[in-house]
Amino acid sequence: MENPIVTPSELKTEEFVVNIGPQHPATHGVLRVEATLDGEIIKDVLPHLGYIHRGIEKMTESLGYKQSIFLTSRMDYLSAHINNHVCALAIEKAAQIEVPARAKAIRIIMDELQRLTSHELWWGSCAMDIGAVTPFFLAFRDRERILELFEQNTGNRLTMSYIIPGGVMNDVRPDFVPKLKALIKSIKEYRKEYDQLITGNFIFQHRTQGIGILSKEQAISLGCTGPTARASGLSCDIRKLYPYDGYEKLDFKEVIDYGCDNWARYVVRMEEMNQSIHIIEQLLDNLPTGDYRTKLKGVLKLPAGEYYQRVESARGELGVYIVSDGGAKPYRMKFRTPCYSNLGAVKPISVGMKIADLMANMATIDLVIPDMDR
Amino acid sequence: MKALYNYLKEVAFAFVSLANGLLLTLKYFVTPWKSIITENYPDNRANPSVADEFAGEVILIHDENNEHKCTACTLCQLACPNNSIQIISKQVETEDGKKKKVLDKWVYHLEMCTFCKQCIDACPQDAIKMTNSYELSCFDRSTLTKILNQPGSKLKEKPKVTAKVQE
Repeated sequence: MENPIVTPSELKTEEFVVNIGPQHPATHGVLRVEATLDGEIIKDVLPHLGYIHRGIEKMTESLGYKQSIFLTSRMDYLSAHINNHVCALAIEKAAQIEVPARAKAIRIIMDELQRLTSHELWWGSCAMDIGAVTPFFLAFRDRERILELFEQNTGNRLTMSYIIPGGVMNDVRPDFVPKLKALIKSIKEYRKEYDQLITGNFIFQHRTQGIGILSKEQAISLGCTGPTARASGLSCDIRKLYPYDGYEKLDFKEVIDYGCDNWARYVVRMEEMNQSIHIIEQLLDNLPTGDYRTKLKGVLKLPAGEYYQRVESARGELGVYIVSDGGAKPYRMKFRTPCYSNLGAVKPISVGMKIADLMANMATIDLVIPDMDR
Repeated sequence: MKALYNYLKEVAFAFVSLANGLLLTLKYFVTPWKSIITENYPDNRANPSVADEFAGEVILIHDENNEHKCTACTLCQLACPNNSIQIISKQVETEDGKKKKVLDKWVYHLEMCTFCKQCIDACPQDAIKMTNSYELSCFDRSTLTKILNQPGSKLKEKPKVTAKVQE
């Protein structure tokens, strides 16, 4: 059979749809991204959710207030302490519970350690998405040390359920402060290694600089928060704007970059790790003594009404909205999770870029899929 | 000429930056013991490095006389978010003719437990605690449903201090 000779002018081109996910290593979870391509150029990006929907918001309606806290650590499993914290704060606000000073300090230390683990893991996985494998192992090595500290003091490594209404579940161990001091010292050394390996890397810089531009206007209209929005020059740190649990007494900087690209988002997260270390150092030397929790009744009842509380999670603004009808179970509990809003930024920053940049864009936004689906 | 100079400068910078990163890899290649945090797991079973506070399987504490502290108040059952605790109690007639509720079976569904420590927190008698065990997998699901009170165990009698105080 003869092959007909086709001249280039007769070749038809058409757009091609590629499904990335739901089982794809670059999405870090079960997210399906439907990318419409023209050759190598991205024309459209459509994320599909729902592969890991567990109905956490509905489940809280059949559980009590205390019990629903353990579910929140399953939302954003990389910042479980912060998820517990927002729920505890909302319940304390509604029931007007006083929290001891020691509990507040422990909560902030745990939150910032959690932010460190989250950013360390992000650093490793971001570098791996862009093509470097070594950082992933270094990141897991450093994260492991902090998780070990969590295991010794809270009992669990990933889903702690440690911060509860009225304080914290149990007191930290007597050797917590010296161990944390040694840990902070080693983390500071490792931070230099991160810069040596990736920040100064020529290939990494070229893969991120000027790619994935998210303007400040776009960030505001999409509802982006956290490091993603702060890299576009938007001041949105809840710890500074609406301080909670004594963040107002601490000295730290809100990291803002005006670069708007992937590189700016990288720089903001790296600097936030330094700020977290700085916050922990301030609290370590004068950790208040006394009670670590206020004893509450077995069954907690909130007065009827609506309550909203927000905190700064490792990925952005995390809010919880509780509607109570005066009973022992919430009438409605709605979570405003940062990843769901930040996911909206994937399309505007990726259209017009190459397909390989889509991975870099999704990596620097730092998406955690169970946080979107709940 | 200037463009060529800039181009060569960029190439030189690229090589320096890559060499700088590889230097770290080389450092760990020749001194690998500096970064080892993993353990030889099945080999170190005799003394695993698990923290004392690690929240594993729930047990009912029994003392040497085979006595426990559980009064079958079902507070842990109410506190559990996953219904993994089932307290079955029975009515027993005591010596002075009064009817009393005692523990019959403390059923623990390990397959549903998420180790959230709510039951330990809710217990007013400190009758239960969490062990450090983490090798919980098994071949048959039915072996995960456990009865925690040992056969023949009974409630620990409280020392009668109230009578002495009154005297």
